[in-house]
Amino acid sequence: MGRQDVGFRARLSLRAERQIKLMRALRKSLELRRVADRTRAIRPGMILAFTTLRNERLRLPYFLRYYRDLGVGHFLMVDNGSDDGSGEYLGAQEDVSLWRTGGSYRRSGFGVDWLNHLQWRYGAGHWTLVVDPDEFLVYPFCDTRPLPALTGWLDEAGRRSFGAMLLDMYPKGPLGAQPYAEGQDPFEIARWFDAGNLCISHNPRYRNLWIQGGVRMRRFFADRPGAAPALNKTPLVRWTRKYAYVSSTHALLPRGLNQVHDRSGGEQASGVLLHAKFLDTLLPRAQEEARRAEHYGGGREYAAYAEGLDGAADLWCDWSTEYINWRQLEILGLMSKGDWA
Amino acid sequence: MSAQTAPLGIIMLCHTALERAAAVARFWADAGCPVVIHLDRAAPEAEAEAMRAALAHLPHLRFSPRHRCAWGSWSLVQATQEAAALLLRDFPGVGHVCLTSGACLPLRPAAEMIDWLAAREGVDFIESVAVEDVVWTVGGLSQERFTRWFPFDWRRQRWLFDRAVDLQRRLGLQREVPRPLQPHLGSQWWCLSRTTLEAILSDPKRKRYERYFRQVWIPDEAYFQTLVRQHARRIESRALTLVKFDGNGRPHLFYDDHLQLLRRSDCFLARKIWPQADRLYDYFLSDQPARAAPVNPQPGRIHRHFSRAERQRREGRAGLYMQSRFPHGHVPQGKTAAPYSVLCGFAELHPGFDRWLSDVARLRVHGHLYDPRRVMFSGGARVYNGALSDSAALRDYNPRMFLTNLIWNTRGERQCLQYGPADAVDGALEWFMATDPNAHIAVIAGAWAVPLFQRGADAGDLRDELAMLQKREQAFLWALRSPHVRARVRIWSLAEYLDTPQAAMAEVLAEIAPRAAAAPPPPMIALDGFGAFLARARDIGLPLVELADYPHTEAPARPVRKARE
Repeated sequence: MGRQDVGFRARLSLRAERQIKLMRALRKSLELRRVADRTRAIRPGMILAFTTLRNERLRLPYFLRYYRDLGVGHFLMVDNGSDDGSGEYLGAQEDVSLWRTGGSYRRSGFGVDWLNHLQWRYGAGHWTLVVDPDEFLVYPFCDTRPLPALTGWLDEAGRRSFGAMLLDMYPKGPLGAQPYAEGQDPFEIARWFDAGNLCISHNPRYRNLWIQGGVRMRRFFADRPGAAPALNKTPLVRWTRKYAYVSSTHALLPRGLNQVHDRSGGEQASGVLLHAKFLDTLLPRAQEEARRAEHYGGGREYAAYAEGLDGAADLWCDWSTEYINWRQLEILGLMSKGDWA
Repeated sequence: MSAQTAPLGIIMLCHTALERAAAVARFWADAGCPVVIHLDRAAPEAEAEAMRAALAHLPHLRFSPRHRCAWGSWSLVQATQEAAALLLRDFPGVGHVCLTSGACLPLRPAAEMIDWLAAREGVDFIESVAVEDVVWTVGGLSQERFTRWFPFDWRRQRWLFDRAVDLQRRLGLQREVPRPLQPHLGSQWWCLSRTTLEAILSDPKRKRYERYFRQVWIPDEAYFQTLVRQHARRIESRALTLVKFDGNGRPHLFYDDHLQLLRRSDCFLARKIWPQADRLYDYFLSDQPARAAPVNPQPGRIHRHFSRAERQRREGRAGLYMQSRFPHGHVPQGKTAAPYSVLCGFAELHPGFDRWLSDVARLRVHGHLYDPRRVMFSGGARVYNGALSDSAALRDYNPRMFLTNLIWNTRGERQCLQYGPADAVDGALEWFMATDPNAHIAVIAGAWAVPLFQRGADAGDLRDELAMLQKREQAFLWALRSPHVRARVRIWSLAEYLDTPQAAMAEVLAEIAPRAAAAPPPPMIALDGFGAFLARARDIGLPLVELADYPHTEAPARPVRKARE
């Protein structure tokens, strides 16, 4: 009896956690103020992108273009108190619905509660993609097959979620040396990544993999690896009203959605979120975010960047790998085609 | 109506992406082929109406009575029968009938297929394999498809379906296959000659067969495949339609990037095509295939392309730990990506051993990768392949992944590393290596004591350290001597090794670099006084297990050989 009992209890507690999460999302939705509601343009079968942002005006044009080209049909965005014109810019986009909030990013589970609510409200029955403005999804065959090809295949295969790990990209030379210009592909600058230094462990509670590593762990957390940020993400989900993200897009409930990996030796199809964080735009930001302490772990991540990224710091090393395309990431084993041929 | 049609008639079973299906229908009609379209009753009325309107002007095109066709249901056969009867009746010039779906795409000019079939009059192209010899069925039902009842839908009522099969097995309920039928299975996409098809449709026992086949599981893969064996004069048991199935029995989709692959197919049609694959539809429905320089068919390439994908899904790449492959426990593919050597005690006895080995074996040889201070990569590198850091904290955070990362990152280049009890040892890592068939572990047991002896201190002062290192070594050796070991393990006691160092070294080298086996041995450090050091340790109450056979007095020049179990 003991064993089953434990399983039953764990299931009950996860169920409670999920319902609390959903209730929270409903409560936190009171903080959202509608700026531009174009959700009536959402058609059945459309792929929807959900994003929280703050002061990302410079990056937005390329971000929107990238995902429009992939086949995202509508963007649902939460502007967390931008004062750089991000709100005005997004408000003028035909395929963007925008909400604004002055609420605390930290106290809304780092944006999860707001987005959980929007997904609950608008995402059910759609494939939903939750990405930050500096995350760019790369998946097998993304140069020839748009996102609807992937979601169609996932539907056929009976899969409800698709994993895409964060891959931190960085430039060669000091961050400040190559300024990012509006509309530019950030990976013209941040072209390098760490190809083979990930640490992975299995988390039995959520049944997801906890992945750490990459340049952030190598450079900023070498003395306290446990504090290094998680890289595992499940950003693409065929949403229903019963689902909820638990912490950022690292874990979902019900936990079956987290099983985007194979445990018996095979490979499931997976993608990568290229992370364009390490650009010159991070330098002033790191100071500010470290002070605001609104990010995960009380902003300690940003504190580490603020310390480690004085003007001349170079993240590049002799064994950095230069990004070419998804096939390269596939061969390196950072993502997999699985049986999508 | 005019009888001047091409001798090839096409049946199209359509249910979604009707615009694409209409384009394909036009392709056949333009080549003079009569077409009969079956529109699934589940298709949205507006789309169906649009399709009918778009094709209404074509003289040799008919729509057959509509049925709702669930996957693997009898209605699929019924729809096919009715469409075939209509086609044969209205177009007497038809010599061959090809059954296609709305998601099929012709890969070669229609004229080429017409000519090809005209030269093979009366031949039936249908995959029809005796059920005893079928190896591809997913789910394990092949023979039983014909001998059980299937009242429940496999896709929607899986639980009931399985229980019903179980129950019949337990009760031994079986149906008779009507004589003289021999159950055969095969792809549901066929191309039959008029005579055979007419014979099947006008078989005097057709009613009886139908009653039987209504209860067969997935009759669209069995009805024509079985009956053709009664009526055909000459069967070529292969499909003219290329279909590749995945491990779950679903057809792989073809996308734009498969264009070159499909051009090299030896089939006339392919399914399933992703409806938005514009490039494929534009290319194959245009006159481009007719104008393009002929290419050699290489069906093997297509086959390899998809079977590789299946293997990647099922087996994955050995030694890869990543976000969508994280094997748990033993998997037959192995735990690491390539063979590697773990050398224990050699560096302690031979000064400059890693450099020496790297010279004779022409490899980059690491020092103690698990040194507590920092990772001793070959050449003292601060970062290594894949941007592995030399930080001890990062390595010790996940020692196992440090090893698997290193082996994966350096695929194609054999890794040799030093290891010993003075390292930052980790029981899980040691067990992992011991049970890894790729690990080649060579241990000179007790050699770890030599660096302590070299410090020149009295054994009494080093007691705690000696005891700790010995305990750690014992734990490692215990793992290496366990019956579950999969690694290739060699253990010498220090005395044994010193007895015949060259032979032992040759054994190790034979694996790492066979051609270097005859290299001159590396220099050895002087061990004068080591025996006395050990004797002192023994006398203060610390017996050294693996060093018990080392001569404790310097008198005998050669150590006594210990018999090994």
